[in-house]
Amino acid sequence: MQVLLVLLLLLALSASLYQVGRSRALRAAGGRTGILHSLPSYYGYYVALWCGIPAAILIVAWLAAEPTVLRAMVINVLPAELQGLPPARLSLLINEVRQLASTGDYRFASGPETKAVAEQYRALQGISFKAMVAGMLSLGIAGGAFALRAVRPSFRARNMVEGAVQAFLILSSVLAILITVGIVLSLLFESLRFFAIVPLNEFLFGLSWSPQMAIRADQVGSSGAFGAVPLFTGTLLISLIAMLVAVPVGLLAAIYLAEYADPRFRAVAKPLLEMLAGIPTVVYGFFAVVTVSPFLRGLGASLHLSVSSESALATGIVMGVMIIPFVSSLSDDVICAVPESLRHGSFAIGATQAETVMQVVIPAALPGIVGGILLAVSRAIGETMIVVMAAGLSAHLTANPFESVTTVTVQIVTLLVGDQEFDSPKTLSAFALGLILFLVTLALNVVALNVVKKYREKYD
Amino acid sequence: MSNSDGEPVASAKIKVVARDVNVFYSDKHALKAVNLDVRANEVTALIGPSGCGKSTFLRCLNRMNDLIDGARVTGTIAIDQQDIYLKDLDVVQLRARVGMVFQKPNPFPKSIFDNVAYGPRIHGLAGTGAELEEIVVTSLKRAGLFEEVKDRLNEAGTGLSGGQQQRLCIARAIAVSPEVILMDEPCSALDPIATAKVEELIDELRQNYTIIVVTHSMQQAARVSQRTAFFHLGELVEVGDTEQIFTNPNHKLTQGYITGRFG
Repeated sequence: MQVLLVLLLLLALSASLYQVGRSRALRAAGGRTGILHSLPSYYGYYVALWCGIPAAILIVAWLAAEPTVLRAMVINVLPAELQGLPPARLSLLINEVRQLASTGDYRFASGPETKAVAEQYRALQGISFKAMVAGMLSLGIAGGAFALRAVRPSFRARNMVEGAVQAFLILSSVLAILITVGIVLSLLFESLRFFAIVPLNEFLFGLSWSPQMAIRADQVGSSGAFGAVPLFTGTLLISLIAMLVAVPVGLLAAIYLAEYADPRFRAVAKPLLEMLAGIPTVVYGFFAVVTVSPFLRGLGASLHLSVSSESALATGIVMGVMIIPFVSSLSDDVICAVPESLRHGSFAIGATQAETVMQVVIPAALPGIVGGILLAVSRAIGETMIVVMAAGLSAHLTANPFESVTTVTVQIVTLLVGDQEFDSPKTLSAFALGLILFLVTLALNVVALNVVKKYREKYD
Repeated sequence: MSNSDGEPVASAKIKVVARDVNVFYSDKHALKAVNLDVRANEVTALIGPSGCGKSTFLRCLNRMNDLIDGARVTGTIAIDQQDIYLKDLDVVQLRARVGMVFQKPNPFPKSIFDNVAYGPRIHGLAGTGAELEEIVVTSLKRAGLFEEVKDRLNEAGTGLSGGQQQRLCIARAIAVSPEVILMDEPCSALDPIATAKVEELIDELRQNYTIIVVTHSMQQAARVSQRTAFFHLGELVEVGDTEQIFTNPNHKLTQGYITGRFG
């Protein structure tokens, strides 16, 4: 709250310096605005940026450094016997001090020393805040004054402002990339800890998955098995069933909508189809559990087949339904991007509509369609909610769609839900699974985007 | 109408007869009461300013106007005395008899061979692979492209130059042995050298086919055609021997157009 007020103050300061810079430029031009290199407002922006950006950087740096500095200062003033505490106890103490200081309510302090330290901490915080505001104001004004000195008619304010805009844009994109890299690294490091306990080849090629660790040495069935193959096959089986549903239905729907449908029908049907994509996956999940699974089990029973109530088939079908709009929408786009001249060329030779679609339009759109399907596969592999609700939990190595299988995503969820110790291979294995999942979907996405790009280049 | 310009018509065989042809695009009256006879084994050029209806008329002859929403054609058009707007006429068969070459070369994203073989395949013109190959080679030869591509028949047709692509499209059109070939500004996307080749080709093709070519280039009309029809604002103003149209037109509008005073 306080920080927000400070930022508003800075904004107001920048805004007023904008006015100052602008009028300085106008005065320097002496009524002949033509001699100014840039529009007057650019001089204003230049001054405002010099005021705002260094001061904003100062605030960010200050807020980042403040806890560490205050902690060091507080530890220094602690009584000697408390300073000698082991690091973990010391952290607890500092946490309590911070808690007390932030509320300003010392009734629940664990002792008189704590209370004294907390009061001191609070006082230091107050000083720090005042110092920050003072520093910000003086830096802002100093920056503005520095920029104002440069305002002359020949000064290239526009170029400087453009440069600042560009730098800001670069910063935003770099930030996005850095976050991605950070996520990958965190996955990687946790996975490395896992692979230090369980060998990589056992994880990648082991046929049995049972991530239980012994609590006591003499516990029965205590050895964990971390062979991820059943999870991969389970994921592949469900994704395969999903694609078997989604690709034909989605592709044929796209062909109908793009090539055959009346424009009025298309205007209604396309948004309706795309509405499927807006249904929350949780809803698909209970659709699978409540409707599709019992139906398939009943159907199987009437045919004397044993169908598990958490069968891969039911899960795959529902996931396929979820992916239909994905496939149809992407295919529709690429089919519509096939130039009309190709269709006319084909019709003019006397080809029927079906011949034109099958032999000219689809082959021309094929790279784009394949790219769209690959993107859909990567969605199926990464899909979590439906499988958590509808697929099984135990890992079976089977290709039978009537049996229950489990997937990589289901295991990650079950391994991490609830309170977990983060040093056991059981929990760490989730990160290894996450890493593999990420690598697979990343590879699929890269291939798919390249295929789509190649196709675009051909006609644009 | 001015198609009877005092010259004996009986000497040549009439291939296409259009009578009182009107075309409407939704509310727009794009072609107004056109009467035109097209002689067999000649090149007929359709000229006129943009939007005058010459391409619209061309598209009536293989019923490509059917593909345009809201387009309506009235009147009669007959090819070899057979009305092509009869209700039970098979458009697919008609388009096999009346080939078309478009303004912009539009080879399919297939190999050169498959581009030419496309028509014969869908119409079942070749019983064996050898027959199909013969049709493809003959068509490419007739289109004057064979020597340039004979070593790379399996490469993509889209990789050829613009002029080669257009000749590939002509080979594709003649591979189904049409009787009439319609060309809609076939050289407008080509450079002068490629244009010269295609024009030469049009002149040769005349021996075996009846050709109707829409063009914006007066020189092209004069070079390749025997008959010229001049369209203006959806009406057929004048039709006659090319030489007569270009040297001694009957109509003031025609004269204005060919001397470059408007259009």
